[in-house]
Amino acid sequence: MWIGEVDLNLLEGNKMSDTQLLVTPLDALHRQQGAKMAAFAGYDMPVSYPLGVLKEHQHTREAASLFDVSHMGQVMLRGDGVVDAMESLVPGDIAGLANHGTRYTLLTNDAGGIRDDLMISRLGDDLYLVVNAACKVEDIAYIRQRIGAHIEIEELTDRALIALQGPKAATVLTRYSPAVQHMTFMSIAEIHINGVACLITRSGYTGEDGYEISLPAEAAEDFAQLLLGEEEVILAGLGARDSLRLEAGLCLYGNDIDTTTTPVEATLTWVIGKSRRETGGFPGDRIILDQIVNKPLRKRVGIQPDGRAPARAGTEITDMDGNAIGVITSGGFGPTVGGPVAMGYVKTAFFKPETPVQLMVRGKAMPAKTAKLPFTPHRYYAG
Amino acid sequence: MTMKYSEEHEWVTIDGDVATVGITDYAQKALGDIVFVEAPDVGSEINQGDETGVVESVKAASDIITPVSGEVVEINDALETTPNTVNTDPTGDGWMFKVKLTDPGEIDGLMDEAAYKAHCESLDG
Repeated sequence: MWIGEVDLNLLEGNKMSDTQLLVTPLDALHRQQGAKMAAFAGYDMPVSYPLGVLKEHQHTREAASLFDVSHMGQVMLRGDGVVDAMESLVPGDIAGLANHGTRYTLLTNDAGGIRDDLMISRLGDDLYLVVNAACKVEDIAYIRQRIGAHIEIEELTDRALIALQGPKAATVLTRYSPAVQHMTFMSIAEIHINGVACLITRSGYTGEDGYEISLPAEAAEDFAQLLLGEEEVILAGLGARDSLRLEAGLCLYGNDIDTTTTPVEATLTWVIGKSRRETGGFPGDRIILDQIVNKPLRKRVGIQPDGRAPARAGTEITDMDGNAIGVITSGGFGPTVGGPVAMGYVKTAFFKPETPVQLMVRGKAMPAKTAKLPFTPHRYYAG
Repeated sequence: MTMKYSEEHEWVTIDGDVATVGITDYAQKALGDIVFVEAPDVGSEINQGDETGVVESVKAASDIITPVSGEVVEINDALETTPNTVNTDPTGDGWMFKVKLTDPGEIDGLMDEAAYKAHCESLDG
């Protein structure tokens, strides 16, 4: 038996294990709460707490869980022309983003691939970005190189980020600030809670309603303890975060999307703003816009194994005759689904839901079907 | 019945010339919630040190490495539908497979409870 290796869909973190790991402002809390820690994106992060991944996952779907996501990069962009400058880097309609609106978008490259996926929020004349931990150093250097001549780019290294996710998240947070109750999905507000200046978006990475709360690092532990004092709230780690987002059909950068996958292949065409489809003006625009019209060769799709055995990232997908047609990019057990779930890329001809395919697991062909994403319906708050 | 242990966290008990194999409490705790167990086929010949099955938790897939050699005579079918029995009763109802031993002497090379306990403590050190 090979023990102690955390697989999840987070493998790339492990290559950092020889170097000094960074810690988040909630590190002491994780250790005090008995978290199993593992290296992820250069940070020592909680994978799970004594309750375990399965129960943390189920609790998030039923009540509310608190996740430390302080490893992610928070960046503020300021200056004249910041919207146009940002539109030169992403295919999203940033000009059309209302004040206090939040948008999911992509940093694309010249080949039409994806450098990172990120959230952009509009705060008056400024843009607030949240980028992936594993990409943040490169992202910030790249953004600075491309638009830094005219735009002030500040990484908010002194802020923590806490996600409160689940159907009870609003009930809980409203006790501290009535203003959060009617925030709609993908909006942002600057709100003081117990004297702490928070930047709160109604968003998340679980498919559930919830918030992501940016706050000063020094206030993070007290704030987390405050929320954990609410009977609905428990701590959940990266393990549950991964199974929740997988069931919700959400991409993990580095697994499901990367510099070799285009937004169209990744079925993220919806992030390309209508105005941007006409005018382009973002890296890789010709390739990406051409794929919208002429269809890509492969597409990301859900994969539901027929049996009980999970299929992990890297598993080959074949047609019923054994011909290779794609690969699993994320896979595991879906606690809410009650069985194995996965996503991956298949040749476009096999994209249709319910198409029978086979997965090569440990040398054996395992029957599976393509599936519509998400596996569990999103339950966002639309107002 | 005396239980013996491997460094790879399998346990073995012997009844006549048949060994029962499972994973230890230490192993199930380290793996977390177990969602799938794949045991070797009944009738197959397995050798000490072979990867003879898989335990999948929500976190990872882990190989079962058989601590004894012989013919697989029975597998725990119940784990197909209730794999989490390995979490709740790892050394009882959570057993994985039974082997008709070809070399009962292999047992002597395994650890007793005290040695295994020390082994686990050294890993946690």
